Amino acid sequence: MKYLILIQSNPRSLAAWEKMSDAERMAFGRDHLKLSEQMADAGVLVASEGLADPSLATWVSVRDGRTIPSDGPFAEVKEHLAGFYLIDCPALDDAIEWASRVPDARYTEVEVRPVLDMSGWEF
Amino acid sequence: MGVLTNAHDYRMGRLTNAHDKRMERLTGVEDLLRTAAPQVLAAVARRYGDFGAAEDAVQEALIAAARQWPDEGVPDNPAAWLIRVASRRHIETLRSEQARRRREALPPDPAPAVRGDDELTLLLLCCHPALTPPAQVALTLRAVGGLTTAEIARALLIPEKTVGQRISRAKQRIREAGARFVLPPAEEIGERLAGVRQVLYLIFNEGSTASSGTSLHRLELSGEAIRLTRQLRALLPSDGEVAGLLALMLLTDARRPARTRPDGALVPLADQDRSRWDRTAIAEGISIITDALQRFPVGSFQVQAAIAAVHDEAPTAEATDWAQILELYRLLAVLSPGPMVTLNRIVALAEVDGPLVALKALDAAEIGHYRVAAVRAHLLERSGSLDAAREEYRTAARLTLSLPERRYLEARAARLA
Repeated sequence: MKYLILIQSNPRSLAAWEKMSDAERMAFGRDHLKLSEQMADAGVLVASEGLADPSLATWVSVRDGRTIPSDGPFAEVKEHLAGFYLIDCPALDDAIEWASRVPDARYTEVEVRPVLDMSGWEF
Repeated sequence: MGVLTNAHDYRMGRLTNAHDKRMERLTGVEDLLRTAAPQVLAAVARRYGDFGAAEDAVQEALIAAARQWPDEGVPDNPAAWLIRVASRRHIETLRSEQARRRREALPPDPAPAVRGDDELTLLLLCCHPALTPPAQVALTLRAVGGLTTAEIARALLIPEKTVGQRISRAKQRIREAGARFVLPPAEEIGERLAGVRQVLYLIFNEGSTASSGTSLHRLELSGEAIRLTRQLRALLPSDGEVAGLLALMLLTDARRPARTRPDGALVPLADQDRSRWDRTAIAEGISIITDALQRFPVGSFQVQAAIAAVHDEAPTAEATDWAQILELYRLLAVLSPGPMVTLNRIVALAEVDGPLVALKALDAAEIGHYRVAAVRAHLLERSGSLDAAREEYRTAARLTLSLPERRYLEARAARLA
């Protein structure tokens, strides 16, 4: 089963980040790297990335076959996706165990979502 | 324009022919390698004792053979060639390690030979209880199935590096567990074999659930599981559950051509075009399960195969012998109870005693499973409560973890709107 562990950036996570000392911030980053390595070593990691700031996002739409890239919508979004871990493990319990080691979970929370697969029940 | 197109077609045709010929030769070599792989690995692992190192050496020998044989021709005794190359590679590794530790060089070894019970020992080791199911699957596919890490990665839809890591971790765990390349004692074999059957069934399901035509080069894992189970049955002709498992796989796989539409949409059993079922596979599956049920004590794979056989024997969905299926599910509930068995029994009950009786049974069963909503929706629709059915289909569509199933359930809900 594949699971996506989503890490959101929101006012609470920003407040927590503000309160951290330099040493704590270093440890936070190091723990992310360490977790990626541990996931890879365990043979569960599919992909993991941190995302650049949403101000660098480009929005893409297609109308009448024409691709329209734009920098908007500009509305202030309070919460955005900051990073993710995509893992492949036997069951939800394993995914929760991995999610509990994401440093962000110590300050706010992370979300675990099952990925849809192509299975089907014949009835 | 016409000339150009023809010239292009002609060239493409020639290229394709040459390509086909090499592919044919390649497929021949691949089949050969994959049949020989477990024998070779077993012989080397038994001779040198270290399963993990032997597996590495055999992988290198297989890669060398895949490179050389299509052009240079297949040696007279392919297994002996592979054993020789793998042994040499293994000894080289040992020597370089020993040199590092400043020890004496190894004395030359006679090449190990292939032995009868080797393949079973190998399969038991790959399905060692110290390993997690994903590790058992990956190791079995590589060590017994003779697949490359890249092929396994494509089939399981995960990165090659992840598969490689799973396999090397698995080998490390086997070493830590102190498992040797010998058959386990007789009193342990029964339990260990149950684990092997479970792994083979997992590989089969991985194939039958993931191979819905999204990727052309996706390896057919269900076909691989059938091949490995055939090998296991040849090794253990008097194991009724291995026979049951093989029959179950054949009888389920026979329906595959009718199970999904070209766009990947799921077709429920009742709506399948039965003329597209594989009659040869059905005949073989029925013959295996009939024979097994007469000769061996009954087990859960045999009962599941018997259920599949009853479905496959029915010329139309209406002609299905649901009374017999209901009896078989009652037996299965005793042998291996679980939420899916209960749900399937309730579906069968609806066919025999009607949807209202089945709905009562569903409420009484208090099953915590996401497919309860799908079954309730189906029963409500059959009993004529269309509004309630639509709501349940929508709930079921939200709860499923399967994309084709979600599409199917949404379509059912939309049809009742």
